[in-house]
Amino acid sequence: MADAFDKLYTYITEYEFVQNALIVGVLIALCSSLLGVTLVLKRFSFIGDGLSHVAFGAMTIAAVLKLTNDMPLILAITMISAVLLLRTGKNAKIKGDAAVAMISVSALAIGYLLMNIFSSSSNLSGDVCTTLFGSTSILTLSSTEVWLCIGLSAVVIAVFVLFYNKVFSVTFDEDFARATGVKASLYNLILAVVIAVIIVLAMNLVGSLLISALVIFPALSAMRVFKSFKSVTICSGVLSVFCALLGICIAIVYGTPVGSTIVAVDMGAFAIFTITGKFVGRSAK
Amino acid sequence: MALLTCRDLCLGYEGKEILHGLNFSVEQGDYLCIVGENGSGKSTLMKTILGLVPSLSGDIEFGDGLVKGKIGYLPQQTDVQRDFPASVREIVLSGCASRMGLRPFYSKADKQLARENIEKMGLTELSKRCYRELSGGQQQRVLLARALCATEKALLLDEPVSGLDPHATEHMYELVKKLNKQDGITIIMISHDLEAALEYSTKVLHIGKNIFFGSKQEYLDRLDKTGFVSGKGGESNG
Repeated sequence: MADAFDKLYTYITEYEFVQNALIVGVLIALCSSLLGVTLVLKRFSFIGDGLSHVAFGAMTIAAVLKLTNDMPLILAITMISAVLLLRTGKNAKIKGDAAVAMISVSALAIGYLLMNIFSSSSNLSGDVCTTLFGSTSILTLSSTEVWLCIGLSAVVIAVFVLFYNKVFSVTFDEDFARATGVKASLYNLILAVVIAVIIVLAMNLVGSLLISALVIFPALSAMRVFKSFKSVTICSGVLSVFCALLGICIAIVYGTPVGSTIVAVDMGAFAIFTITGKFVGRSAK
Repeated sequence: MALLTCRDLCLGYEGKEILHGLNFSVEQGDYLCIVGENGSGKSTLMKTILGLVPSLSGDIEFGDGLVKGKIGYLPQQTDVQRDFPASVREIVLSGCASRMGLRPFYSKADKQLARENIEKMGLTELSKRCYRELSGGQQQRVLLARALCATEKALLLDEPVSGLDPHATEHMYELVKKLNKQDGITIIMISHDLEAALEYSTKVLHIGKNIFFGSKQEYLDRLDKTGFVSGKGGESNG
């Protein structure tokens, strides 16, 4: 055990890529968990999954076009999809969950198809696996990517804090908010754009398949125990950061894949919170 | 000038007409009950007044200091709300969201208003409690307090007593009556419960195949003569 700590200490103090991974990991975990509370309550838990597949599709398009900087393209395509998905949530012919499922599966299929047809790499399944599970990319971040991540996270957190009360009112009761003159569609649009940004960021950390976990687990765990929106949001943020840190550290020391390790830690936290919630609920009654 | 006037209003969803030729007006201090069978368009009418659903044709005119967006609304509860992790205070405060404009946080005045309305609804002791742990009647009072934060003039209530036990129902009706009588708030309420509707209201709007709008007395007279309301009238005639 002491060995493991020594190893971790050396890694963190000596290697820049480990520091980068920790910074990016913490920021993404924080952002996704903040939005997660709203998404889970709005019954949009799966939007993370759907959009991450869209981002995967966009990434393959960028790869086929041989773009050196694929971030802007991925961000644009994902944002458009997010706006469309959240907008069709209400009165569309294809309802919310079906629309998410459709877009998600199509994007995944097209992405894989494109990779198969145009890929120049010999290790195709390895490439796909990396994008889907994000196994190593968080450990190979360039400093530009780190700064981009810091900048975007700052914007996301600022937007969330500034619009917190409006987001609450729109999440709790969109009809009431709209009826009393709150511009609900504007806040839905902002939410959609912010979600897209987070998902594109999070792909670096856990890959597109595991993003849903990052979005929903902290929120669900927090809801087991806490009873006001504010405490749920704060707890979800703190918990998510803690799990991400722990997950990355374990992954570094034991050489496990970063994304799956973080999700495993999140699952553990969920179990603990569920039990605590039962216990607290019973003693309150 | 009337608080709210609807002229030749035609209601519907996505171009499909539900109801047409609706004419009525509401004055300051009125207690209007909207009755009618299921699917006759009561909720749609309310949503049209609030601007949530566009009207197909006709006019809705606000007057007497009432403006769109300054009407309190008590919607029917949704599934999302039943297990929503939020404290009573947070929910009541969210009624002030429209007053904030571009301000990101609630002001002292907003908080004071929320506190007053929590007290008015008798929820002070519950204000830190979680919404999903409250009884149905308490939840409705929370939503009513929230609606009061959004308005000083008019409340639109969409079946405020559905799913409540008799005691809570009575309590709810009393609260609404008090708001109408003491605070002079105009009430527009959709109700299934014709008897209670007739007990408390001053005006009645019946929608369906036949449209009726008038004072409670006129409605009762017509009910006696013709058995106008199909369900209720049929019973009393047969």
